[in-house]
Amino acid sequence: MRKTFLSQNPSVMWFIAFLGLFTLAVAIGSEATGTGLISTSMVKTLGKTLCLCLIAIAMDVVWGYCGILSLGHFAFFGIGGYAIGMWLMYARTEGIVMTSLEGHVIPPTPQEVQDAIGNQIFGVVGSSDFPWLWAFSDSLFLQLLMVVIVPGLLALVFGWLAFRSRVTGVYLSILTQAMTLALSLWLFQNDSGLRGNNGLSGLQNIPGYEDTSQATTSLVFFMGSALALALGYILFAWVVSGKMGSVVQGIRDNEARVRFLGYRVERYKLFIFTLTAVIAGIAGALYYPQAGIINPAEIAPIASIYLAVWVAIGGRGRLYGAVIGAAFVSLLSSWFTGGGAPAINLGFYTILWTDWWLVLLGVSFVCVTLFFPKGIGGLFDYLVRKPS
Amino acid sequence: MFRHLLMLLCWVGIVGAAQAQDLQPVLQGHAEEIAKPSRSSVSVALDDLAASGAPQVSVFLEQWQDKGVWQREADGVFFFGTETGDDLTLRDIDTGAESSAPTNGFSQLKPNGGVRRLIGTALVQFQLTDPDLARRQSAVDSIARRPEADQLGPLRASIEAEPDAALKARKIQLTNFLSASFGDTSEERIAAITSMATDTSIEARAVMNQILSTKTATPSQTPSGNVARVLTSGDDLSQADAYAQLVAAGLAPTIISAAAIREALAAHVVGGRVGGIPTSQLDTDAGRAKAYAALAAAGTVPPLVTELDQQSAVADMNFYEVYDEPDSAVTDAARATLDSIETRVAAAQTVDLTLDALSLASIYFLAAIGLAITFGVMGVINMAHGEFIMMGAYTGYVVQLFVPDYTLSIIIALPLAFAVTFAAGVVMERLVIRHLYHRPLETLLATFGISIALQQLAKNIFGTQARPLTSPGWLDGAWVISDVIQISYIRIAIFVLALLFLGLILFVLKRTRLGLEVRAVTQNPGMAASMGINPDRINMMTFGLGSGIAGIAGVAIGLYAKVTSEMGADYIVQSFMTVVVGGVGNVWGTLAGASLIGFLQKGIEWFNPSNTLAAQTYMVLFIILFIQFRPKGIVAQKGRAAAD
Amino acid sequence: MNDTLLEVSGVSKSFDGFKAINNLSIQIAEPELRAVIGPNGAGKTTFMDIITGKTRPDSGHVVWGERNISLLGMSEADIANEGVGRKFQKPTVFEAQTVRQNLAMALKNPRGPLAVLLHRKTPSNAARIEGIAAEIGLTESLTRIAGELSHGQKQWLEIGMLLAQEPRLLLVDEPAAGMTVEEREKTTDILKRAAKTRAVVVVEHDMEFVRRLDCKVTVLHEGSVLAEGSLDHVTSNPKVIEVYLGRGHA
Repeated sequence: MRKTFLSQNPSVMWFIAFLGLFTLAVAIGSEATGTGLISTSMVKTLGKTLCLCLIAIAMDVVWGYCGILSLGHFAFFGIGGYAIGMWLMYARTEGIVMTSLEGHVIPPTPQEVQDAIGNQIFGVVGSSDFPWLWAFSDSLFLQLLMVVIVPGLLALVFGWLAFRSRVTGVYLSILTQAMTLALSLWLFQNDSGLRGNNGLSGLQNIPGYEDTSQATTSLVFFMGSALALALGYILFAWVVSGKMGSVVQGIRDNEARVRFLGYRVERYKLFIFTLTAVIAGIAGALYYPQAGIINPAEIAPIASIYLAVWVAIGGRGRLYGAVIGAAFVSLLSSWFTGGGAPAINLGFYTILWTDWWLVLLGVSFVCVTLFFPKGIGGLFDYLVRKPS
Repeated sequence: MFRHLLMLLCWVGIVGAAQAQDLQPVLQGHAEEIAKPSRSSVSVALDDLAASGAPQVSVFLEQWQDKGVWQREADGVFFFGTETGDDLTLRDIDTGAESSAPTNGFSQLKPNGGVRRLIGTALVQFQLTDPDLARRQSAVDSIARRPEADQLGPLRASIEAEPDAALKARKIQLTNFLSASFGDTSEERIAAITSMATDTSIEARAVMNQILSTKTATPSQTPSGNVARVLTSGDDLSQADAYAQLVAAGLAPTIISAAAIREALAAHVVGGRVGGIPTSQLDTDAGRAKAYAALAAAGTVPPLVTELDQQSAVADMNFYEVYDEPDSAVTDAARATLDSIETRVAAAQTVDLTLDALSLASIYFLAAIGLAITFGVMGVINMAHGEFIMMGAYTGYVVQLFVPDYTLSIIIALPLAFAVTFAAGVVMERLVIRHLYHRPLETLLATFGISIALQQLAKNIFGTQARPLTSPGWLDGAWVISDVIQISYIRIAIFVLALLFLGLILFVLKRTRLGLEVRAVTQNPGMAASMGINPDRINMMTFGLGSGIAGIAGVAIGLYAKVTSEMGADYIVQSFMTVVVGGVGNVWGTLAGASLIGFLQKGIEWFNPSNTLAAQTYMVLFIILFIQFRPKGIVAQKGRAAAD
Repeated sequence: MNDTLLEVSGVSKSFDGFKAINNLSIQIAEPELRAVIGPNGAGKTTFMDIITGKTRPDSGHVVWGERNISLLGMSEADIANEGVGRKFQKPTVFEAQTVRQNLAMALKNPRGPLAVLLHRKTPSNAARIEGIAAEIGLTESLTRIAGELSHGQKQWLEIGMLLAQEPRLLLVDEPAAGMTVEEREKTTDILKRAAKTRAVVVVEHDMEFVRRLDCKVTVLHEGSVLAEGSLDHVTSNPKVIEVYLGRGHA
């Protein structure tokens, strides 16, 4: 079945092939393999970009295919990051605490170990007790499960409430934005149990692999991200092709018609919303160990809007468009804001791109919406179809 | 006793003011205490000074307090003196005759802070009857700041002759406070306390609370003293706290803490064993307890206080708090009065909260009404609405750079902000929105693009730090109704502005040609067009109007909050919620939405005052749930059109 | 005699005090072809909305099938799955998808997300699609994007989608609007053929089109039934004449 599906969708094959070559090239060029053509920080940036591409295709499915402009998918991304971050932080702190307690005449009791870890982690918010949220943080397996379950469950409950009462269009967008806002405000509180605005940090250190260099770790995560993107791409391409794709796009174009054809539109929306939320959570769980730190500002509503911007610029309704958009805009953004772009001297005024990049992005975004509703991906389509 | 003397003194002071009496002899009688005063010794001298009844006493005390009294070293006579270079200008204390002398032979009296305060207290008695109103005022204020028992007499005596009505009322109130705390008899105090039942001032509450102050009493089998509250172990008091009280009172042995056990064990390791137990087994609480028990049995460490020991120690004891005030009749009266005051305070707080919520609702209304017009009437989501608010606020700031008069600048800024944002809105409608009608999600995104561009642009022009938008002087301050209820004028102004806008918008929509055309286009664009209405023009005007109002809201918001490039973003989500909760396409709906959200936010903040973040979280969650049950908002559009 | 498939009795619905439907009672048999006519605002569209679950009536009953199920309170999708198909006034097909995809989506098959996700193309489904395409005259256009079709073809495609649903009751709202004469004839044929095996209710303005359908006619006025019978019978009814002409004079 997979075979027929792939042969029917050559663009998926092309994408996987390209991604494979790209991964291979980065692996060869990375410091971990000794050539050192690509710096470790660059490998991390590329790995993070792949994660952003993964959430971008999720966003594309939910918005470009199903027509739900969710301004909340970055919240799911963040939840995934927090879920894995809890384990990373707990396990690493446990290691540090055990080392510091070693050699004492009287061996520590489990309670003492727990208290010391709690003190280390929650000292910054003036607490030392473990909140109930951290109940499973000592188990990698359970926290990995959380990466999938928490975003999925939240999306399921929220989506069920919203779709059941037939909130659609702009209202739904604002509702998802409200959800994101509520989540980030909650996380900003010190007593949320997730270290308030300090967030979780030190996530780049993988417990159990303290002796492994960051060059190797980052390459492993890069390849992991590439694999996740490839699998995610195939999954979504499979979902949006065939009859499911027909129904989902039908919902986007004319919800009432689909309903009168006898499809329970709410269930389909819920399925898509939840599935993409889970993938967003996975993307986040891969992203934040590479970023090293996660804090509530990452989840602010603006992040989810940027996600929509990437997909729109890349081109909605085509998965590779979302990948192009996310990669292009996020890399360009870090180039501009990182001071990589040369300043332009107008004689009377010097344009510093750190100041003007957002203006440029905003204006170009308006232009894309107005003049190229199909985005960069649409241009790509045009070029590919031209010769035939 | 002293009080009677003072009363006599005051009486003497009033009746026999003319009677000349020399102060110097009295001073010489206490020369030692006056020249080298200490807090303990000076009070006798002060009493005698006051008792002398000499009119110069208050002047002397003031000078003494201000280090203006000098003593001639040769014979110990006191003078008022002013230092000029090496010389002193001296004034005789009784006659006022001036003379001059070199500083050498004199020493300045420098009472320390504690003594100066005592002098001040003594002075108050004189100042209370001073002919100068300001000095009487300050004397009363000083009593209010530091009420003391011996001030009651002079204060009470000064009421009768007080010419100023307001000050007289204040003196009576203060006398009540003092007699409540320091009255001679229980009856007097209870009468004073009862008379305060309607006084919601913070001072009155402080007096009551002071009378009702309690301390933890030593635990005992039978409570004694004026018992405020008996604490039951488990409910009011945890067992650990109860036991800690026993320990503090020396009635029970100290608990050996987990850390102390650990240290004790570590100190007694012998050959890898503690009390015969290998250290490797000490990684559990049970193991440690066992080892410690072995040590205790050998007598090397004090025995462990077990949970059971604590329980039995606590069980047959009573834990209670007693009032500092021994008289239970007084404390009962104070409790009753405080309850009555607190009921009134609660009522007043409700009023205050309502006013607060009302002003917050006005702000949300102002911020959202422009959005309601563009969103409701045209179905256009304008994510840059917040940036229009910001633009209005910066317009106000720029106007103030050129027009220094704040009143005038605000009068200029309001229409100018409207004009600027109206123009910006029209330009945006022409260039962007017009091409995106019937594609609401795309409009949302395009206007978001404009929003980030405008925000960054403002940052580039005005910098990242907050800019001031100063309100005119007559808007400073607050309308103080009582200690509990007060509302700043600026919020009243915003409330009035919101009302004005409500009226104005209703007028424009319901009574003008433009409003008629707007409603026509909203209901049926095709039909409107065929009636000769140009929908293009109407859309442009509507969008301009909505944006212009945002500009004015910006000036209003800028007056009480800071003007930053991000201020718009702070309001945009709330504004959307206001519109959505209220019901789209209806001015009254926006009003209802703004009120609901304003009151809700204040209400939640009241329940949880320390945590505004939590308040916002709960509010957003509430709104999400609210939309579940009323997807069309409070004031839903009705009719068949609404079904789709 | 035919069995009653749908029984609407005593249904009322008002919007803001305006009575769109007022104590309306209609019975539809299976098979049957029925035309519903009436002036603007007679409640024709609301009548369809109530049957298909889009609008809840204030009072009355809508009873369906042999087991006398009440359609009130059921969701649109459930009612559709019970066998009620609805065609909107404006052609609503999925313009971004091919004709084949449109028909495949409508084809009577399990409607759950999981079943749809795991759905595979089968020869029998393909044959059914071909059959319907032939019926509506779109065999040549199966691979075309629906958005490229002409107005009439879109109307037929929508009817085809309804047929693919295999409904027992077909509600058709002004199918002939905007069609050329030939297209109307073809539409009439499709509807008449469909009505041989199922109930078809056609709401129409156009008297000529109704005459061509040659069936029982129900005249709605102010939300209730004014007259019922053959076209000639109802057009000779003085009340009907008054309603139509009265409106015409105003």
